[in-house]
Amino acid sequence: MPLNNLLTLELVEEIIDLVRKVYGFDFGGYSRASLKRRMVRIMILKNLSVFDLKSQIINDSDFFEEFLLEITVNVTEMFRDAGFYKAVREKVLPYLSSYPRIKVWNAGCSSGEELYSFAILLDEEKLYGRSFLYGTDINSEVLETARKGIYDLRKMKQNSENYIASGSINTLADYYVAKYDAAIINSSLKKNTLFSIHNLVSDSVFNEFQIISCRNVLIYFNVELQEKVLNLFYESLCPLGFLCLGSKEFLRDENLARKFRIIDKTENIYQKIE
Amino acid sequence: MNNLNPAISAKIKNAKILLIGGSAGGFAIIYDLLLRLPQSFPLPVLVVIHRSKKYKSVIEEQLDIKGKLRVKMAEDKERIQKGTVYFAPPDYHLLVEQDGSLSLDNSEPVHYSRPAIDATFQAAADVYKKNVIAVLLSGANEDGAEGIAYVSELNGLTIVQDPQVAEVKVMPQAAINKANVDLILNNEQIAGIMNTINKINTTIL
Repeated sequence: MPLNNLLTLELVEEIIDLVRKVYGFDFGGYSRASLKRRMVRIMILKNLSVFDLKSQIINDSDFFEEFLLEITVNVTEMFRDAGFYKAVREKVLPYLSSYPRIKVWNAGCSSGEELYSFAILLDEEKLYGRSFLYGTDINSEVLETARKGIYDLRKMKQNSENYIASGSINTLADYYVAKYDAAIINSSLKKNTLFSIHNLVSDSVFNEFQIISCRNVLIYFNVELQEKVLNLFYESLCPLGFLCLGSKEFLRDENLARKFRIIDKTENIYQKIE
Repeated sequence: MNNLNPAISAKIKNAKILLIGGSAGGFAIIYDLLLRLPQSFPLPVLVVIHRSKKYKSVIEEQLDIKGKLRVKMAEDKERIQKGTVYFAPPDYHLLVEQDGSLSLDNSEPVHYSRPAIDATFQAAADVYKKNVIAVLLSGANEDGAEGIAYVSELNGLTIVQDPQVAEVKVMPQAAINKANVDLILNNEQIAGIMNTINKINTTIL
């Protein structure tokens, strides 16, 4: 029988509870339907039964690292959603051009493709020298990939198409070196970056930012956790700072929405106004 | 549809949600079916069609204007309501949460498809259990078969378009091979079932 049919939502709750008790990671605010799909995926990848999954979580902390890697969605591309980057270039960066410091927080940065896309935009708008980009995620392994900035060369075709659609100035190949089957991001783009662990569920404000970008992360949270994280972003933004959400994510809560103005309705870009 | 057996009638009577999945060759029949649903239609409807984010789609808008029901693209954490048809957005899987809300997920494609029919059918069955009616139509890959099999296992009602009349038979045939499907119907019979749902379903949301 397919693993999907064996892993009931009750068992998903048990596993959430187990992870909380053994490792202190709280997935209680995550959307259950997505979480179940991730767990089924792990079971298929590792060839585990429900019983195996539970006992491995309890007994094997190395396995838990892998669990943590697969339980969150790490599907990303450079310049994914070209319209979004076009809007950042045209509506956000000009506004920041007079700022002496531009700090960007890419929350839930996964393997770093989005952060380097921002770095390229800032570089092309002659702002990179004044900028610093923070990438955070709950998973140390994806952060390691992000730090190295080494990607599968085959993915650069799609990335390059995205970049062109976003209103490119150069060619994407100007920003990486191809070596065998890898694309290595130029070290000049890595200079003003820092990747570190941060858990949106449990960690708090750590700096003040001009731009916070958190795209396709909130959809995996329930409404309560979404509100909590959006408030964290509000607290972490400087006055008139920009908040960038995914194409299906928006400020739902009226009290919070009132504190922002909409910069781009389709791309869900907001500016903190009070 | 006067000759439904009592088990199937009971499933129609108790259903709380209607799921429709289709791909290549399924678009026209989905359009016609939704256009004909009456305002009194007792079930919320989730629709998954394979489509690319590269092309701007106006199907929701068209159906919303021309049909009797409210038709829209599903939004994350939106509460599922009767009298509304929700389309899975391009590039996202459409899922269902236990509190009766929708959620979106942009994890890996399934059968090269995002949205995937399997993802929606499985998530809806997890929440609505036997109170699901799932309809699978024409398509060129095997997406939907696992979903139909799961709905069937949880004792929901499964309806598959007859591969003989489907424009592309791969998808309905895969479901028939994988699951013990309740009804294999031609287009006219599928429209007939929609009328039956409207007449005998007792859901009041």
